Amino acid sequence: MAFTPDIAAIRFGEGLASGIDPAASVDALLDQLRGPDLAAQEFPIPKLAELHEKFAKVSTLQRAARRGRNGTDAEELIKSYKQARRDLNLRLKGAFAPVFSRSISTAQPFRERLTRFWADHFTVVGKNNLTRNAVSSYIEESIRPYIAGRFTDMLKAVMTSPMMLDYLDQSMSIGPNSRAAKGRRGLNENLARELLELHTLGVGGAYTQTDVRQLAELLTGMSTEISSGFVFRPKIVEPGAETVLGQSYGGGSPAIEDVMAFLDDVALHPDTVRHIARKLAVHFTSDAPDEGMIANMADAYSSTGGDLMAVYDAMLRHPFAWTSFGQKVKQPVDFVVSAMRVLEIPPASLHKLSGSKRMAYVIGPMAGMGQQWHRPGGPDGWPEEAEAWVTPQGLAARIQWAMAAPSAFFRSLPDPRDFVISALGSVADDKVKFAARAAETRREGVGLILASPAFQRR
Amino acid sequence: MFDALSRRGFLLRASALGCSAAASPFMTPMTFAQAPGDNRLVVIILRGAMDGLDVVRPIGDRLLRQYRPGLGMSLDSTTMDLDGYFALHPALSDLMPLWKQGELAAAHAVSTPYRDKRSHFDGQDLLEAGTGADVDGPQVRDGWLNRMLQVLPGAGSETAFAIGRSEMKLVSGRAPVSSWSPDGRLDMSPQARLLLEEIYHDDPLFQVTSMDAIAIAENLGLASDNSFGMSGKDMRAAVKTGSAAGDASVLANFAARRLNEEARIAAFSLGGWDTHRAQTRGISRALGNLQDAILTLKRELGPRWDKTAVVAVTEFGRTARENGTRGTDHGTGGAMILAGGAIRGGRVYGEWPGLEEVALYARRDLMPTSDVRSYIAWLMHGLYGLEKSTLGTVVFPGLQLGRDPGLLV
Repeated sequence: MAFTPDIAAIRFGEGLASGIDPAASVDALLDQLRGPDLAAQEFPIPKLAELHEKFAKVSTLQRAARRGRNGTDAEELIKSYKQARRDLNLRLKGAFAPVFSRSISTAQPFRERLTRFWADHFTVVGKNNLTRNAVSSYIEESIRPYIAGRFTDMLKAVMTSPMMLDYLDQSMSIGPNSRAAKGRRGLNENLARELLELHTLGVGGAYTQTDVRQLAELLTGMSTEISSGFVFRPKIVEPGAETVLGQSYGGGSPAIEDVMAFLDDVALHPDTVRHIARKLAVHFTSDAPDEGMIANMADAYSSTGGDLMAVYDAMLRHPFAWTSFGQKVKQPVDFVVSAMRVLEIPPASLHKLSGSKRMAYVIGPMAGMGQQWHRPGGPDGWPEEAEAWVTPQGLAARIQWAMAAPSAFFRSLPDPRDFVISALGSVADDKVKFAARAAETRREGVGLILASPAFQRR
Repeated sequence: MFDALSRRGFLLRASALGCSAAASPFMTPMTFAQAPGDNRLVVIILRGAMDGLDVVRPIGDRLLRQYRPGLGMSLDSTTMDLDGYFALHPALSDLMPLWKQGELAAAHAVSTPYRDKRSHFDGQDLLEAGTGADVDGPQVRDGWLNRMLQVLPGAGSETAFAIGRSEMKLVSGRAPVSSWSPDGRLDMSPQARLLLEEIYHDDPLFQVTSMDAIAIAENLGLASDNSFGMSGKDMRAAVKTGSAAGDASVLANFAARRLNEEARIAAFSLGGWDTHRAQTRGISRALGNLQDAILTLKRELGPRWDKTAVVAVTEFGRTARENGTRGTDHGTGGAMILAGGAIRGGRVYGEWPGLEEVALYARRDLMPTSDVRSYIAWLMHGLYGLEKSTLGTVVFPGLQLGRDPGLLV
């Protein structure tokens, strides 16, 4: 099987939608990543940098409320703190609508898929009251602008993001021999380990516990400030040079350039190249991808210094990208947005959804399918294997949503005999077409099509 | 809330599935096979690397307080003393009566064969695969609990339950294992159900899974359209159980119900153990969940508690020394917790390696002196009469069981 537009839309996009033409060629698919980011312009999401001031304001009010808890205006102080926190959270949770609207309506769906892929590769979870709902703003700032650039640049953006530094405890880590440590505080090797294990070399990569330790020392100084985001704090930097993966870094006066030099090197390490190429291949094509395709992708990465466009190009031009169609199962978020896209749910209706409806129609059911939105269990993000998603309870939740959600959004549903073609195009099989004809109600017909393996797979 | 989940319900549902019901695991003769004995085993996977040195504290070694000045390793509390050398973490204080009655034990300085990379994810994979480190991770797709079911005489599709939504590689494999989570319901007409079976028929993964999905979900009751089969309460529970810790007592409650019927084995996960910072707070929360789970099992199992062994295992331990942020980083040797009336409790099993720097693994972690798998294997031997040779080849390939530690009453 070679390139077909329907498969391109299903495998590398958000699925079919009447009224939005799928990419007609590999070049057209890659072109979706070039030029202006149309969906981001249409449905804006604040970047993290735009929020620091608000975080600081809430935090100041919280301190004031705590300090004045025995005073005469204690009630007032608590009220204004709670109000500010509620406003912030309302605003952050509001990112649900633009995120889903982009996927539902975009003509550049490959962008959305890559954004989710890289956001998962660099998973963060907001750990405190202020950042709990700020993951979309992290992605907007540190992931999305870099998906078609060089891997190094994304790596640097992520490693200087307050969300990552807080999530993996780096902002708390202090060089044990630094002035600030005073013999009491010291290192935390959480980010150092995951940087090597998950973000760059991969767990099979050529690193040791000593490298983890040395990198943890090298990363000291990378910290955060509530009112301004990232800060480099020379006072907490471990003195002396560190040797990581056989290269020496630092040794002079503390400088962020030492960390950046390491990130430049590790981004081009052969183990990183293989790890990134394989991970992309697994995500987009198969849980057991073709080694020849991975080799082509790795070559493209190495020969361009980590230009991600070249890597995607190598993947999409390999026959395996098309012959392996159907081997992946959509993750819950992919299933839900592709269903909403083909159902043509208007973005405006997402913007109007109340918090409880948002939970009942989308976020809650996704949790039932095994994917709590923006809350993966650990820094390794969501699993890839089909078996991790097609579990009895996960599948039950998918079927339930397929049967119930469409009629929650629309009073009248499409004729299943037409819907099977708009949802599956040329990949509709006879069994699904039969079920679409034989269903007793429109609701069940549409539900069966969405629940079918043909729609669940890509 | 889950009373509808009865054996009768399963069978009724299976017959409603029509012609392909013959292929349903709920209609195979195995369902009616005699249950394998009367003993119960509950396996709890503690995901995130539990700090064994904090949970079962070697307070008899003065190095502990030296290594961990900020982790609250105080001497003054004698209420949690276990044997004069070890003390239990205060967050487990409600388990002290079990210790005194001989229904709670620990094994210390244990680990899987996993070494050096200290990755949660590889560590958990190996723990659940039950193999040696020489077997390539991704190639091992089935788990040791499933391999045990394959050789357990009389085991059927309701002998073992995997509970909760997190993936359990431990139970994956050829033997049928039932599963359940606190959410997930289904509402459709018989016609739609038949059509659904038809469209899943040729896709092996969906075909097999949908049988369980439909049977389990429908037994939990029908729901109205606009709630999507989930009440607001269910939804909040789903969100809660999706979080790291999960609702331990709900999981344990369900486990006990099944174990009071045909089930003999239950497995679930508890998270929240990755205490890189502010450990005293984080681990207390996680231990509170573990304590809830154990106490719920004891209460709900009633007289069957006497025939029950609960074993809680984790992927590896944590560093002997506290790190720079009042926490601990990934380590090697750790502890496992054993509970139940079938357990010969009131003691800490294992060979204690000591905490001197030279005795530590890589001068940083507790040195593992025994393999978690051998304790589990001896439990299986005692509870179900499985041969040592089978345990060392099929269930845990390549494992040397060693001397019988005598874990059971």
